[in-house]
Amino acid sequence: MPDNDNKVTRRQFLNYTLMGVGGFMAAGMLTPMIRAAIDPVLKVKEDSGFIPVGDIKDLTNEPKRFDFKVTVQDAWHKSEETNTAWIYKDNDKIIAHSPQCKHLGCVVNWAGDPNKPNQYFCPCHNGYYEKDGTNVPNTPPIAPLDRFEVDVKDGTIYLGKIIPVA
Amino acid sequence: MLKKLYDWIDERLEVTPMWRDIADHEVPEHVNPAHHFSAFVYCFGGLTFFIILIQFLSGMFLTLYYVPDIENAWKSVYYLQNEVAFGKIVRAMHHWGASLALVMMFLHMLRVYFQGAYKKPRELNWIIGVLLFIIMLAFGFTGYLLPWDMKAVMATKVGLQIAEQSPLIGGVLKTLLSGDPTIIGALTLTRFFAIHVFFLPAALIGLLVLHFYMIRKQGISGPL
Repeated sequence: MPDNDNKVTRRQFLNYTLMGVGGFMAAGMLTPMIRAAIDPVLKVKEDSGFIPVGDIKDLTNEPKRFDFKVTVQDAWHKSEETNTAWIYKDNDKIIAHSPQCKHLGCVVNWAGDPNKPNQYFCPCHNGYYEKDGTNVPNTPPIAPLDRFEVDVKDGTIYLGKIIPVA
Repeated sequence: MLKKLYDWIDERLEVTPMWRDIADHEVPEHVNPAHHFSAFVYCFGGLTFFIILIQFLSGMFLTLYYVPDIENAWKSVYYLQNEVAFGKIVRAMHHWGASLALVMMFLHMLRVYFQGAYKKPRELNWIIGVLLFIIMLAFGFTGYLLPWDMKAVMATKVGLQIAEQSPLIGGVLKTLLSGDPTIIGALTLTRFFAIHVFFLPAALIGLLVLHFYMIRKQGISGPL
């Protein structure tokens, strides 16, 4: 320790400058690598927007199956996936359900169980949902079916994101 | 705080003598650029090692995005280059570092050669150095193919034809490298990737350990 408190010894000075410069250089090397590595976390994923799935004239009060293609961009790999929605008219409202069961993610079918023609049925563990998507109590599902965002333009139904029913 | 943590570990494991043995030893005057500026030539070996460390690090990060497959290799590099933030820089570090490592290694070799530092008792270390030289060239050769663009494939084609000219074993050697007697394709890429990323680093680390151990054992060669 120096006799004067304000004084920095030669050894301390060298220590600080060398550590400082060294740290700066190390940071310069590591910053790009770490930033590149964490890029998937920071990337803003743009959603695919609304996709046309069918004609509004085809809708009835009974849920009807609509298959549609979604383009999925997985980093450098682009692919088309087929997605399904069950859509029906509730007065002037249009409801589009995602067929993914809220129990363990199997695919549900409208009237999949011949004995229950007015319910969605999941064959994996006998899950049931009402027409409006609410899960039937005492069957495995623990939440109502998810719904698609729906938009209608010029008589065509467009579906957007899947949104869980609160 | 850090000091306390260090002391706590040191008290139990006695790390100080270990790192002192590795790092804390006197630099002879003739090797210290502060005394003789021309002594900077002694830095080239260390610089080579420093760049190799950067190559290891940047290479590890590159594998987060790269796939060694003929359909996707180029696309994954393109993605890394254009879509990943700072991906361009990480790849540039690896790209330029590769050339720089070879330059530094060559300068290091020139210093050892012209100072006669390879003479008795350091002949063995010179031999290890020659092996390291070959390993580094192999790194460059195998790494060059991985972006899988036309330049890479054409350069590899030439390299494989050179290998094919080896007496007696030429044909076998070429097939061993490229994975197919005629095609430069899927197997060539996976092989070059595996060699570049697993086999060569293992060999490099082993040889570097020997290289450094011998320096510590024999000391730096005396002044001219």
